[in-house]
Amino acid sequence: MKKNGVKMIKIKAKNVDVFYGKKQALYNIGLDIEENQVTALIGPSGCGKSTFLRCLNRMNDVIDICSVKGEILINDFNINDKSCDVVRLREKIGMVFQKPNPFPKTVYENISYGPTIHGMAQSKQEMDEIVETSLKKAALWEEVKDRLHEPGTGLSGGQQQRLCIARAISVRPEVILMDEPCSALDPIATAQIEELIDELKKEHTIIIVTHSMAQAARVSQNTGFFHLGHLIEHGSTDKIFKNPDNTKTQDYITGRFG
Amino acid sequence: MNKNKEQLLNKRYKAEQRFRLYGLSAIFMALLFLTIFIFKIFSTGYTAFQKTWLIVPVTFDAELMMLEQNPSNEDLKDADYYDIALKSMADLDPNANEDQENELKRMVSYFFEKEIKNELLNNPGLIGKTKEVYLTASDDLDQVFKGNYPRDLPEDQRRVSDYQLKIFDQLVAKGKVESKFNISFFTYADSREPELAGIASSFMGSIFSILVCLMIAFPVAVLAAIYLEEFAPKNRFTDFIEVNINNLAAVPSIVFGLLGLGVLLAIFHLPRSTPLVGGITLSLMTLPTIIIAARASLKAVPPSIREAALAMGASRMQTTMHHTVPLSMPGTLSGTIIGLAQALGETAPLILIGMVAFVNTIPGSPMDPAASLPVQIYIWAESAERGFVEKVSACIMVLLGFLIIMNLFAQIIRHKFEKKWS
Repeated sequence: MKKNGVKMIKIKAKNVDVFYGKKQALYNIGLDIEENQVTALIGPSGCGKSTFLRCLNRMNDVIDICSVKGEILINDFNINDKSCDVVRLREKIGMVFQKPNPFPKTVYENISYGPTIHGMAQSKQEMDEIVETSLKKAALWEEVKDRLHEPGTGLSGGQQQRLCIARAISVRPEVILMDEPCSALDPIATAQIEELIDELKKEHTIIIVTHSMAQAARVSQNTGFFHLGHLIEHGSTDKIFKNPDNTKTQDYITGRFG
Repeated sequence: MNKNKEQLLNKRYKAEQRFRLYGLSAIFMALLFLTIFIFKIFSTGYTAFQKTWLIVPVTFDAELMMLEQNPSNEDLKDADYYDIALKSMADLDPNANEDQENELKRMVSYFFEKEIKNELLNNPGLIGKTKEVYLTASDDLDQVFKGNYPRDLPEDQRRVSDYQLKIFDQLVAKGKVESKFNISFFTYADSREPELAGIASSFMGSIFSILVCLMIAFPVAVLAAIYLEEFAPKNRFTDFIEVNINNLAAVPSIVFGLLGLGVLLAIFHLPRSTPLVGGITLSLMTLPTIIIAARASLKAVPPSIREAALAMGASRMQTTMHHTVPLSMPGTLSGTIIGLAQALGETAPLILIGMVAFVNTIPGSPMDPAASLPVQIYIWAESAERGFVEKVSACIMVLLGFLIIMNLFAQIIRHKFEKKWS
């Protein structure tokens, strides 16, 4: 999204190093992420793209041995700073995981959980509204409106993943992180999610980790290529796919390795 | 080459067949032992649920009872029933001499006086009249009637004299001996007389003990498990704690009994022989079992659920309380019930803290002295009277029934909640 012709930067990562114990997983990552755009992170398995994604909402905190160094600025605020409140950060930065992981509760409770713990709805009516808009935005409303009070785990894989997206957007996050959201889905469900991503970028900044280069090319405006813990190249998707600067990127894109 | 392969294949099939056979025979053996065990217990024990009564005509003679005209209820309660009771028994054989009268008296339990008294209190109009009253037969005659008593022994080796047997057979012939369901087995406390001994005291003792045990062990164990699994950092210290919890689970129960004796009784002076002390001692024993079960079921909650909640901005505490703990509850609860079932069957620590004392009152609270079912089995198994043999088996049946119900309950909880979301 451009304002007065200038790209708005939502997230700015500077010199990010990540260690699992003594093993370094990311080396000196610097990456700008544009607001209201889809940024795809691609690269072979184990290259650190998921690790980087998890830095953005500090999910790496959960892993005891993991330590993150460097600055990650979101709205010019360093989230690795001690003063950063993780709970509030994660309210702003939603996440969708590789495998659909709805809570083993009803569809309704899955969506209402976030707004409840963050005190976003004052009445039952307001909550109903949040649930409905979230499900509509996730293009799931029509399919589940009659079974809101049935278990969310009873939905199909694709529906479950859209439920997870609806859950993530229920708290109106500014950024949505997606960690290979389609890897467990069939092509039809994948197409639905991709369409959805395109829709969601109007209101949210989206960062998606994907294995599928075709998917990155289809959904993203910007792409970052990771290899062995280094960010090899990043830029507009068009450029990365058509005219990459680095030969490694070229080789990966054309399928010579990875 | 091909033939070799054929042979090899045949060998593999045969090995599998043999293996299946071993498995089947192992199961057969296990079932056989179980069947023998259950058959033995039931065949010895089922008679304990029947009690033999002698139907004896009693004349409620006001004069013998020292009653005035138109006695009040109070008077009836204070009246002397011993003489009419004695007389009713003596009247069974009009030609009896003094020794024989004594033997006649010993054909019924020493409760006979009370039984006659209750009959009159229930129906005060009986004064001056004669009525047939059901009197509890002595344990030896009870065994005779049930066919458990060796009549062919020489008289001096029997506790039932030839004379008693003669009168008893006469009563049987007249249809004045009846066998009825033994309610007193469930409502009476322990007694030195097998015909009057019941499990009420030990049953209540067991219930109070495991309630105390549950109330202490469950919250402590669940909190410990949640902390260790969800919050504690993984370091040497927590590893050390984990090893010690596992060790604690393997400590022989009698050691916990000594702990109860040395600490609860000697230092804190809690009342001896009570379910309170028993329950606390048992809770020490149950604690590691529940902690291990709770940790295992917390571990079994998929990490993706935790991640989902954390990524929604739930705090660690919220993630744990809203998602992880509820999902782990079925496993925790069934672990708890299994731990309690173990505690229910525990004897050694209770003996050490004095719950083996002879208790002939029914406890009304955990602070009253009581026995427990397994200890009751132990007490009765030590007693000499023939009448206690069937009582032991009957008590085992009650204990097993109790355990089966608890384990069933654990299974139901596990199934019900597991099915709900899968």
